Parts: sequence; structure tokens; C-alpha cells
Amino acid sequence: MSNQEKKTKKLSTKYYYFMQRGLDAELKKQLDEEEKRIISDEHWFLDLPELKAKENYIIEERSCVPCEDLVYGRMSFRGFNPEVEKLMLLMNTHKEEEEDEEEDDVSRMETDITDEEMARRYESLVESMRNKFAKKRNRSTVTKSEEDVNCNVVGDQPKKVFLKPQD
Amino acid sequence: MLFLHFYCENKSFSRSRKYTNTGRSRCFLAMDTIHACFKEKIGEVLLPGDVFSFRLSESGDGSIKTEKIICGPGLRRNGEEVQVCKSGILRHKQPNMYWIDSQQRRYVPAKGESVIGIVTAKSGDIFKVDVGGSEQASLSYLAFEGATKRNRPNVQVGDLVYGQFTIANKDMEPELVCIDSCGRANGMGVFGADGLLFKVSLGLVRRLLAPQSEIIKDLEKIFPFELVVGMNGRVWVKAKTVQQTLIVTNLLETCENMTSQQRQTLFKRVAEGFL
Repeated sequence: MSNQEKKTKKLSTKYYYFMQRGLDAELKKQLDEEEKRIISDEHWFLDLPELKAKENYIIEERSCVPCEDLVYGRMSFRGFNPEVEKLMLLMNTHKEEEEDEEEDDVSRMETDITDEEMARRYESLVESMRNKFAKKRNRSTVTKSEEDVNCNVVGDQPKKVFLKPQD
Repeated sequence: MLFLHFYCENKSFSRSRKYTNTGRSRCFLAMDTIHACFKEKIGEVLLPGDVFSFRLSESGDGSIKTEKIICGPGLRRNGEEVQVCKSGILRHKQPNMYWIDSQQRRYVPAKGESVIGIVTAKSGDIFKVDVGGSEQASLSYLAFEGATKRNRPNVQVGDLVYGQFTIANKDMEPELVCIDSCGRANGMGVFGADGLLFKVSLGLVRRLLAPQSEIIKDLEKIFPFELVVGMNGRVWVKAKTVQQTLIVTNLLETCENMTSQQRQTLFKRVAEGFL
């Protein structure tokens, strides 16, 4: 009787496991172990001693930008291009902030994001919302031509209106 | 206790010069003396083939190396040695950066540098951009701010782009992008509705982009203008009138071979003549 019980037990676990909602924890472990055994036998590996990468204390640096602390490449003077002047301040103070992290700037309020960044994000958000709700025909023509830093002028095509048939 | 054998040696290959071995010394000292080895030569002219070598003895721990030395352009690591591969003056920046200050006109793309490129071809998903190197760089159309597959950037052949290298080594074609790692443009991208593009030497570019550049300070006193400087030696200038643009161009090109005195007198004359 015990043999039969065992047999049925085995049968039920082997052939009917897919009917159950989930496997038992033990069954899962057994299956995993079997899989690992199968994998490890077939798994190929290099039979070499463990090579440790030599830690090099000489680092190569190809660019001269960090060597000489070069500033941002776009510049504008005496208000010729206000967008670029804002960029200059942003990029160069960003670089200074990286260097002097210990200095406390008490004059400005501590915020998570700067005011300029907030304004910029809001601007782009407004633009994207406008784009989203613009009609499909107008979507491509809604461009930021005035606020573009480079003052690229994009021609505005005449709006297409329904033409009544002259019949 | 870390034991180090080191010596400085000046080797010459094809030149018939002979260097006196003033730097040869063997000491059992700590890491700081590697810096001393370099410090002897700071401000001196070095030639390709000069070697700074540091040899580790096997009795040392070998794992306590907290200080790292950064070799900038002109210096190359060769196993445990540092070799000079360009002729120039050795410079140093605290705490541990050394490089060779040399002069050249030919640009070699390096990762992270911002350059001005000219779009030469449009093929499928990428633009081919001429940056003045040995190969043309590729610029993906998705590497612009706010670009998606449907919303393509407005870039034509012949446009000027200001971008950064993400990949730039001698084995692969260089790749440019016009956004930073956060996805913002930061002034990169197509520019230059008007203005003039011209080429200068790389040394002048570095002098223009230095933190407290005297040339820039003198130039901005003359009249308002806009300037984009690419690390590949290309400079783009725009001012209110064509004449002003040409004046700035000529001043920048002549700045290269003038001392600061000469430059200041010249700028003063231009400023007066203009007003």
C-alpha cells in the first residue's frame, strides 16, 4: 500500500503539476537544483587561474579640456545674444560649483532646482502641451522661432482653408 | 612600507643630442617622489622619446596606491613608464595632472571635446559631419534636443553644428552628439544664420578658452559680438555689420603671433579708430 501511495504521489507531482496554481516551495527548489546541475555540466568555462587586473595608477587623458579648465565655447559679449549670455553663466558656474562644493552660498535661497531651470522646464512644457492640442495640420508649423538661441527663421506656410466649389 | 625604485632617464633615438644624466637617482622613498621626478622637468622643453619610468620592487605591497597620476595630451603610458610623444613644455596642475603644452594646427578628435562641424551629407539616420580630423564624424538625427523619429531636426547639408564627441579614438569613426547626458541641448546644435567661420591654430583656441583669457577681455571692449569656438581650431564670429565681423576675424587671426603688449596697442588703435 505504501508503495502505491508513493507511486501515486510521484505520478501526481510529475504529471499533474501543471494543473496546480503554483508549485510548492520544495518542488521549486528541487526543480531549480536539477536545472542548475544540468546547466553546470554543460556550462563551459576556462580552466585558467584567476587573473587579477593590475590596478594602474597612471591614467591617460586625451583631451586638454580638464587639464587647462577651458570654459564653454559659445560666448556673447555686451548683450549681442542674450540667450548665449545666459548659457555662459549657467555653464561656467556649473563648472565652478563642481570645484567649490564646500563653499556655502548663503545669498541664494536653497532650492532643489534653480529658477532658470524651472522657467525653462515650464516653457518646454507649455510648448509640448500646445503641440499636443494643436490640430494635426498646425503641429509641424508650431516652432519656437522667436525663442531659438540661434535665431533660425522658419517660413510660415499660409493656412489651408476650405475652398468653396465655384459651381 | 612601500619600496619603490625609480629613475628618470632621457633617451634619444634619432637625434644626435646627448643628455647629461642629472636626473638619475635611486632611492627607497614613498609615492611623493614620483611627483618629484616630474617636478624637475616642469616648465622645461621635452622631446618625443623622453621617458619617466617608475619600477616597483616585488617586495612591496603593490596594492596601496592611493595616489593616481593623470597623463594629459602629449604623455603616454607604456607599461610602468610614462613616455613623451609630443615636443613641448611640461605643465602641471594640482594635484596630480601633467601634460605637454604643444602647438599644432591639425586636430585629432578626443572624447568630450566640443567642436564646430560642417554637415556634408545626409544618409538615412545619420549626418556626416566634417570636423577637420582624419575621418568625418557621424551625427545621429536623434542626438538633438526634442528629436524623435517623427520629429526630425531641421538640419541641412552645409549647416554648422556645435556638438560634443561621445566616441573618438583611433580605431573607430568619431561620433558627435548635440545633447548632454541629461538630454538637454545646452547651446549645442545647429547655429550660424549669419557670421563667418575661419580656422586658427589649436594653441590660440586654448588661449581663447582659458578661464581668464586676456584676448577675450580685450576684445569685448571694442564692440558687441558673438563668438563660437570649437576645439578643432574653427571659430565662428558674428557682429552687427559685415565690417565689424571682418575686423574681429582679422584681430583673432593676428593675435596668434603677437605678444600681449603688441596686442593691446593694436586693440586700442582699433577701438579708437572705430569710435
